[in-house]
This record gives sequence, C-alpha cells and structure tokens, in this order.
Amino acid sequence: FSRAAFVEVLDATTKEQLCFLDKVDPHSTIGDIKSLFYKSYPQWYPARQALRLDTRGKSLRDDEILQNLPVGTTATMYFKDLGPQLGWTTVFFAEYIGALLTYLVFFFRVPYIYSHTYALTSSPHPVVTLACVCHTFHYVKRLMETIFVHRFSHGTMPLRTIVKNCAYYWGFSAWLAYYINHPLYTPPSYGELQVKYALFTFAMCEIGNLSIHMSLSNLRTDGFRVRRFPTPTKNPFTWLFFFVSCPNYTYEVGAWLSFTVMTQCLPVAIYTLFGFIQMTIWAKVKHRAYIREFKDYPSVRTAIIPLIL
Amino acid sequence: MSAAAQGTSKAAHGDVAPKKKKGPGALATAYLVIYNVVMTAGWLVIAVGLVRAYLARGSYHGLYYSIEKPLNLVLISGIVPSSVVLTGFQVMSRVFLTWAVTHSVREVQSEDSVLLFVTAWTVTEIIRYSFYTFSLLNHLPYLIKWARYTFFIVLYPMGVSGELLTIYAALPYVQKTGLYSVTLPNKYNFSFDYYSFLILVMISYIPLFPQLYFHMMRQRKKVLGHTDDYSKVE
Repeated sequence: FSRAAFVEVLDATTKEQLCFLDKVDPHSTIGDIKSLFYKSYPQWYPARQALRLDTRGKSLRDDEILQNLPVGTTATMYFKDLGPQLGWTTVFFAEYIGALLTYLVFFFRVPYIYSHTYALTSSPHPVVTLACVCHTFHYVKRLMETIFVHRFSHGTMPLRTIVKNCAYYWGFSAWLAYYINHPLYTPPSYGELQVKYALFTFAMCEIGNLSIHMSLSNLRTDGFRVRRFPTPTKNPFTWLFFFVSCPNYTYEVGAWLSFTVMTQCLPVAIYTLFGFIQMTIWAKVKHRAYIREFKDYPSVRTAIIPLIL
Repeated sequence: MSAAAQGTSKAAHGDVAPKKKKGPGALATAYLVIYNVVMTAGWLVIAVGLVRAYLARGSYHGLYYSIEKPLNLVLISGIVPSSVVLTGFQVMSRVFLTWAVTHSVREVQSEDSVLLFVTAWTVTEIIRYSFYTFSLLNHLPYLIKWARYTFFIVLYPMGVSGELLTIYAALPYVQKTGLYSVTLPNKYNFSFDYYSFLILVMISYIPLFPQLYFHMMRQRKKVLGHTDDYSKVE
C-alpha cells in the first residue's frame, strides 16, 4: 500500500471537508488521527469520533495503522459523531450501584413506600433478609468484576444507552424489591426447603459466573492480538464450556432462576425472562462470531443452553 | 393509536404489503392479494353493517352490537398472518381496545365513543387494504393513494378521541369491579391494578399520538408532494 502523507476528513452525511491534515506520519494510528482531529474540533473528543473509509462502512479501529489502509497519498476518511460517550466502567457503576441501592431503599422500608405503620420496620421472614443479602452480593460481585476482572475492547458507550440501561436496571430492581419487602409478602410454598435449595443453586451459579468471567479475562492477557476461543480449564465450573459458547450467561440465568424460586415472586420471574431473552440474543451473536472466526470450533456447543439453544 | 395510522412503512405495523426491492414470487403475490382482498371485504362488511343498523334503528346508539362479531373476526385475521414480532403496535392496540376494554366492560358498549373509533378504523382499513391490493396488482388508482394519505388527517384524531373517551368511560366500572386486577397478598407476590394501567395507557397517547401523526404528515409530503413541486414558483 502507498504511503499516505495527507489525511482529509469529510462529514459522512454532508460530505463537506471538515479537516485537512498534512505531514501526517504514515505510521500513525487511527487513534493519532483522532487526536489531531480533536485539536481542530475540541467538542469532539476522540471517543465520540467514528472514522470510516466510506460513508456506510465499518468504523476504523483505533489501533489500525494509516499506511496499512487501502488509500492513496491522501487518505479520505468520513467522520460521524457518536454522541456523548461514557467509559464502560462509569456505565456499569451507575447501573449496578443504582440497582443495589434501589433494592435497599425497599428493604429498609423507607417512609412513603409502604403504609406508614410499616415505615422503617423489618420483615419477620428470614427469606426476605436472605434475598436482600443475595441481591446485594450479586451486584457487589458485578462491581468487583468491573474493576478487577473485565477487560473492555471498546473504551466507551453512548450516553443515550446508559440512560436506557439505568432505567432498566433501577426500574426492575425497584419493582421486584417492592414485592419482596412488602408487608404482605408471602414466603415460598415449600418453606425452608425451597429456600435452602434455591440458595445453593444461586451460590453455585454465582461462582460459576465468576469462574467464566475470570477465564474469559485470561484470554486477553496478550492485548487482543492472538485470538483464541475459550475452553474448559481445571476449574469444574468452566466445564460448561464443553456444551455452550457463553456459559457466563447460562450461569447468570441460573442465578436469577434460583432467586425466583427462593423468593417465589412473579416480578422476579418476569425479570429473569427478560434477561434470558436479551442474553440469548447476545449469546447467539457471540456463538455465530466464534464459528465464523475459528475453523476448529467445537460443533457440539450451542449458544446458551446445552444441546438446546 | 389504532385509528388511521395508515401508510407508515414501519414493519411494526404488521402490514403485508411487500417492501423489499426484489418483491415476492407469483405464489406469494397471489396469497397477499387474496389476503388483502379478504381484509378489505371484512372491513366493508363492518361498514355495511353499521350503515344498515343505523338506517334500521334511526340512531347512532348501540351500533357496536351489530358489528361485534365481524369486528372480532377481522381483528383475528389481522393478527394471524403477521409474525409475532411484526405484529406491531397498531394491531396490538386495536385488539386491546376491542377486547380488553370494549368487550370486557359491557357498560361502555353502548357509548357513542365506540362508534367513533369503529367508524374511523373501518374507513381507514378499507382504504388501506385496497391500497395494498391495488399496489400488489400494480394498478394503483391515484384516488386510492390520495385517500390513504389524506383521510388520516381527520380519521386519526377522530379514532384517537373515540379510543380515549371509551377508555375513560370504562374507568369507573373497572375500579368498582376490580376487573383484571390482582391484589396482595398472594402466593406469587404480585399485584396489578388495571385501573392504573388504563390511566397509564391514556397518558401514553400524549407522546405517541403526535409522533405517529407527524410521521404520517411527512409520509404524505413524500408520497403526494411531488405534484406540488411543479406548481412551485422560485
């Protein structure tokens, strides 16, 4: 490919020239170009820039090198504003802390939620306290993973998405917490036995989910260059990889199913269903991506439910 | 939102006119033509039923009863061929208004507001389904196209008014009888207040109706607009 020394940036919709960069080092990355563009347009920080070689094509990755692109001496790129962006860490924090705290508001029966005779009282049922512990643990675990385990491939997410996601997490958390902590809450039909079994499966699924997250994180230790698909390790919880592409989602659904059984609460079941649908969609996409990328991908694997889905 | 939301090209409206460039094969076209003719006929039956009942009774009162059965049939036929996903907003809201409100609350069935939205839907759908039929046969009279993209200006607000008035009329009965409502305590720790739900539905018309209405306006400009361009003076 030729050595581009000039870069021209056009608006993807109007095609007008936004910027012309000269004396650009052919070894620069797209990230460098974005930084240069940012100097002329300080309102568009690099994370909200999408640069493409044609108006409708895929956006160029930040680590791509200018001289490796199929361009002439002057590289023409199209710019699209992705809108305000937030870092993934910020997003997850907002979602998870919101969900966690919202639930606690109902657990502690903050005044004006339930009838005033019950304000700031606690439920006589042990399962209600247990449910609060499990719910809180679930989100604390997610927060810890966000800080220590996950490695994100894209830096940011659009602002609109975070508003939508927070509404989802906080809204559902409030909805199911309202019923579980309600003064008229009815404990599970099969009593302590039901709660104990559900607690056990909940714990197994949480550990399972964590194990998968850690093994996925270990796949990325060499900075995204070598691509491998996840495989079972010595940890028995990762053996679900024999059967599914996304066992983290499988375990997540399992945890919420357990929580449903533990609380015997229909809103929790509905939340689990919604989550299941969304995660199945994600799992199917990931599954297809694995199959396309790796010729030796195990054919026995399904996306999220062994042998079925 | 069910009234006169004609011509929206959103797949969510579950309409069966082909939109892809390639177009369906001969068999699929034949099926679609038959389907659209049947739907046109169905709504015509309702229209005729309304007119006959009015002439027989001499008043607008209680005309719902004379077309209750064909209306249900037509609504079911409207749902069945559309896939679960594509059966959009419009079909669902029609079904909701007919079965979950009008049919479920006997007391509102003699309300004039019911006649208002049934009439609006009837006229809309006859035009819409004949539009699809003619489009499929590649013989679309300009009158039908014009009607489809013009009548909604009146029919849409008319239908929405009828729908809102009907829901509003049903409210006291729903509250009194606790229709479709579940209270605590119960085994599944769930509750649902249909009365509050209906109020929420009414509120949702506020953001949704203008959006759909102005979308139709824009569609109208696009589809019919070119005839105006020739008369523009620069």
